[in-house]
Amino acid sequence: MTYIFDLLRGKPEDSDYKKKPVIVQGMTGKFGSVHTKSMIEYGTNIAAGVVPGKGGQKFEGVPIFETVKEAVDSTGAKISILFVPAKFFLDATKEALDAGIKLLVAIPEHVPIRDTLQLLELTKKNNAIMIGPNTPGVMIPELIKIGIMPASPFKAGNIAVLSKSGTLLYEISDALSEGGFGQAITLGIGGDPINGTRLIDAFDMIKDIPDLAGMVIVGEIGGDAEEVLAQRIIDSNFKKPVVAYIAGRTAPKEKRMGHAGAIVYGNYGSAESKVLMFNKANIPVAKRPIEVPILLAGKLEQSGD
Amino acid sequence: MRLLEYQAKELFKEFGIRIPPSLASKDIEQGRKDAKELGFPFVIKIQVPVGGRGKAGGIQECHNEDEFELKYPQVLGLTIKGEKARAILLEKMAEIKKELYLSLFLNRGKRCYTIIASADGGVEIESVKSQIIREVGLGKVEEDVARDVAKEMNLEGKSADDLVEILQKLSKLTIEKETELVEINPLVVLDDDSLMALDGKVITDDNSNFRHEELQKYQERSEIKKRAEKSGFSLVELDGNIAVVGNGAGLVMSTLDMLSDNGGKPACFLDVGGGATPESVYEALTLISKMNKVKGILVNLYGGIVKTTTVAKAFVKAYEKNLIDLPVFARLEGAESEKSKAMLKDTKTKMFDTVEEAINAAVLGIKK
Repeated sequence: MTYIFDLLRGKPEDSDYKKKPVIVQGMTGKFGSVHTKSMIEYGTNIAAGVVPGKGGQKFEGVPIFETVKEAVDSTGAKISILFVPAKFFLDATKEALDAGIKLLVAIPEHVPIRDTLQLLELTKKNNAIMIGPNTPGVMIPELIKIGIMPASPFKAGNIAVLSKSGTLLYEISDALSEGGFGQAITLGIGGDPINGTRLIDAFDMIKDIPDLAGMVIVGEIGGDAEEVLAQRIIDSNFKKPVVAYIAGRTAPKEKRMGHAGAIVYGNYGSAESKVLMFNKANIPVAKRPIEVPILLAGKLEQSGD
Repeated sequence: MRLLEYQAKELFKEFGIRIPPSLASKDIEQGRKDAKELGFPFVIKIQVPVGGRGKAGGIQECHNEDEFELKYPQVLGLTIKGEKARAILLEKMAEIKKELYLSLFLNRGKRCYTIIASADGGVEIESVKSQIIREVGLGKVEEDVARDVAKEMNLEGKSADDLVEILQKLSKLTIEKETELVEINPLVVLDDDSLMALDGKVITDDNSNFRHEELQKYQERSEIKKRAEKSGFSLVELDGNIAVVGNGAGLVMSTLDMLSDNGGKPACFLDVGGGATPESVYEALTLISKMNKVKGILVNLYGGIVKTTTVAKAFVKAYEKNLIDLPVFARLEGAESEKSKAMLKDTKTKMFDTVEEAINAAVLGIKK
């Protein structure tokens, strides 16, 4: 399933191939405004904003609408990135799905779990994808950036990077770019306990894209997303090189380490458990971010690429 | 937030789940009054937000006043897994026929609530082989599902009816209070086959705090935590002497790991957060300056959303105001890092090109 690429890049026969329109919900807020500018600068086709009370105005030359429906009707967008406060998140996303949005990039932190769960049921019903909440976003380097990541760490290439953490995604992508490994796609699943797109979902979306040379998984303590992914990699007989990094090996148990989801209960969520499963799947785990490109180079050599 | 046992039991009571008669106190004066009201014998239970209380001596039987005067201060003085007693619960003992296990928790992998039940309770559920598992979506447990669980637990008659009722009440509690976990271990079968919750564990979703004013009385935060929350950064205090500051939870965790690998001991985890300003970082430095154990600060920044200059400005101000007199070892990368380095050039902050070098310098510098 490479549906996410159809949404982000489109097909060559599409009139908007490689410039898919994106809506920004909460465009004029503190974060929304900064990142709208940065996405436009990157070349993302930011086609409309949605800010209740500011319909009819413009921001950076982009028209603002009262509702998502009006924005979608006017632009044909299937993608929306949200910068709304956590309290209003559920209503804003419901509105987006009702208006026909198929990819929600949910930036807000501190969204209640119950709201995320409710939204998940709706995304399934609408055959839509949610990335996040609490995600840095998703990008195809040098083509489209939908998120809050800085531009400089990323280069176009053939490696997919999936990450729970934002800054580690930048740090490791930077190391990869420096090492000559550009990225086909980079996706932050978010640091919350419940993710709209789990590591395993992201893997399924990406594993069959042509030209994919390898994958990097940036995990952290908490939950069992890494273990489940390792099992999927074994079961699906995925043969391309995969390298992982896990943050939080030395974190104390039962303490939330910044991210809502980064907490270990007993062995559940522990780094040991994740490393063990990655080892079982023959995936080397770097001890520090800088080692990722080195391990990847080793794996690529082994596989004869 | 994780509720203490007695707080969890207050919620159980509110939702009609049967618990033994019990009273919570914070000092022995109140404890004596509670003991009189409850009547001997009873159990003295330490209230700490961690498991393993029994093994650590935090749960003691008490049969008379002499025992009480001896054991109450003992239990109150315990520290379990680094946690001091928050309160003491005195609780009547029950005649138990059998111990069961019941919980309803947020299953992160499956992205739904899940019931775990077992006819073998009183031990850690991970060690129990015969777990009964049912996925229940957003947490609603229908009667037929509950009935099914009771049957699989081999419960009959009154016990089965009670389980069905308790499970549905747990479900109501889960939904109304937005919990991540509600656990009763053990759930006991009494002589008359009725069921009662002998212990209780409740963890609620912190992100839903804004719509649960009624739970705020259970919120326990140190002054430092409160100030951190207000300023939008996250802070976890640790045992070592090097404060670790960075942007992004993953990056800071990663820095802690590397520091520990190289023989350093982190004093705290401090993620300045995605919305950091020079003011909020200055506040963070103020908190660090008040931690006596801190002998140095390790800074690891990957500037993006939060520009490195945001942090550099806070440091410059901290030096100007003599807030910090500690050695600082910094690696600044990403947005505006050259500008930041220039700003901090003539200060006590030592700059390094890689985090590795900064860590090594910090470990060596602080051991001296």
